[in-house]
Amino acid sequence: MISVLGAGVAGLCAATAIRDRGLDVEVIVPEGSPPPVSRLAGGMLAPFCEGESAPETVVARGQKAVDWWASHVSGVEKRGTLMVAAARDGTELDRFSRATCQHTWVSPAQLEPALETRFTRGLFFEAESHMNPVEALADLRRSLVSRGVRFHGQAPSGQIVDCRGLAARGHLPDLRAVRGEMLKVHAPDVELTRPIRLLHPRFPCYIVPHAPGLYMIGATMVESANAGGISVRAVMELLSAAYTVHPGFAEAEVMETGAGLRPAFPDNIPAIRSLLGAIHLNGMYRHGFLMAPILAEELAQQLAGTSGQTQTRKHVHAC
Amino acid sequence: MFYGTDLSSRLMLGTAQYPSPAVLREAITASGAEVITVSLRREGKDGGAFRDILKDSGCRILPNTAGCHTAGEAVTTARMARELFGTSWIKLEVIGHADTLQPDPFALVEAARILCADGFDVFPYTTEDLIVGERLLEAGCKVLMPWGAPIGSGQGLRNIEGLRAMRAHFSGIPLVIDAGIGSPSQAAQAMEMGFDAVLLNTAVAKALDPVQMARAFGQAVAAGQMAYTAGLMPRRDMAHASTPVFGMAELLP
Repeated sequence: MISVLGAGVAGLCAATAIRDRGLDVEVIVPEGSPPPVSRLAGGMLAPFCEGESAPETVVARGQKAVDWWASHVSGVEKRGTLMVAAARDGTELDRFSRATCQHTWVSPAQLEPALETRFTRGLFFEAESHMNPVEALADLRRSLVSRGVRFHGQAPSGQIVDCRGLAARGHLPDLRAVRGEMLKVHAPDVELTRPIRLLHPRFPCYIVPHAPGLYMIGATMVESANAGGISVRAVMELLSAAYTVHPGFAEAEVMETGAGLRPAFPDNIPAIRSLLGAIHLNGMYRHGFLMAPILAEELAQQLAGTSGQTQTRKHVHAC
Repeated sequence: MFYGTDLSSRLMLGTAQYPSPAVLREAITASGAEVITVSLRREGKDGGAFRDILKDSGCRILPNTAGCHTAGEAVTTARMARELFGTSWIKLEVIGHADTLQPDPFALVEAARILCADGFDVFPYTTEDLIVGERLLEAGCKVLMPWGAPIGSGQGLRNIEGLRAMRAHFSGIPLVIDAGIGSPSQAAQAMEMGFDAVLLNTAVAKALDPVQMARAFGQAVAAGQMAYTAGLMPRRDMAHASTPVFGMAELLP
């Protein structure tokens, strides 16, 4: 029996990969645990965009995430990512194009007619995808339950796989919190079909369509362990950035705001760590949906005793 | 000397916008910087994990009041910084305009007066204005930090003649070029002009390879300082042959 602690994106991916190999697994979620922070994620699978600041290992390995999600949940949209910038920040776009790969220069309105003439050029990352993270997590959980996996709050009865994010900080002293804030809005006047990222020297933001007319707008990055509600500054910055992308956001209804703490290691790379008594899958930082499946497969292979010549270990070039 | 502290590296490095704390640490080491600045306005007291990483670097920490728009805000932030880092050093920033991030000289002088009286060693982020500089010294500052260009703009020394005049006017005062530096050659230029140090952040943090860029800036600042000490040749309008004319062989028969 394998006991997975935590039912966020790391825990559910780990339990799924373990169950896929025919091993017995249970998921431990104590009564009254806070909801996982991954419910606040954008749900983007954007390894190439992330390459602007993420190291090559994230870009290279993250490319496999889309196939994993498409084979485990419904609703994975393979429509790419569109990166735009206000005319005066055009140099930011040039810099981004130098820092990343697998993109083409486009006229934004040709891909997203709703952007009209607001942006004369943009970068299109065709191979990227997105999904609704809340629904994806619910899909994984349903599938696990239907395959006999028990979710409960009692003591774990097997080998421990700890996926509790910041709650595992006591075992991982170099794990730190990186605060993120986001909003969900209902904007029936805005019709965007793929994630739009706005480059801005001070207030970058992304807008992810989670359903027709429903958008997630995120996300701040603050080196802070403050788990309090979204700040006024974050609301103003994110919404003014969204308004720059499409003025229809001014008429949107704010459905939800959220603030959460991303667990991160000093190099901001998600990792598996084997410690005495538990294997940890943690440090997802802003790469939970991108990297949790990759690490979960690696972990499951280790547990099933088939590690060594695994696909995830094979070196893949980033570009 | 910066408030009684001598620094062998004259590069001061900001700590924001790096891809990760691990890359930041590597960049600090590669640059040779002995002073790093850190902001507190947004992270507040809950940024302890990141602060511990900075403390571990072994560098002297110069907390800053970036993001403050009034003297009161800056004073409160400075006091919090002193408590959190246990240092009397403070880089005083009071922003007058959200778009240009230009310092507000009036609020700056007011905040400097309060903080100097409270025992802080204030490094004020100012313009090249001489009168403002004099007022800051009167307030108790013993270092001035004129901008090269607006924060994050990478334009280099935008008003060279103004900065030259400032250097000449405040001959015995440590002057640090703070903000606007985009390339190592601009940093070297500031040092060649006799400025005492250069403080920058974005040019390194947002480079495609921050660690390499940090190394490049470290070397450029050292080269500029060395050149200033060695004494630069004056500019001349006319050519001046570097080979002596007398004693040349007569080749014609």
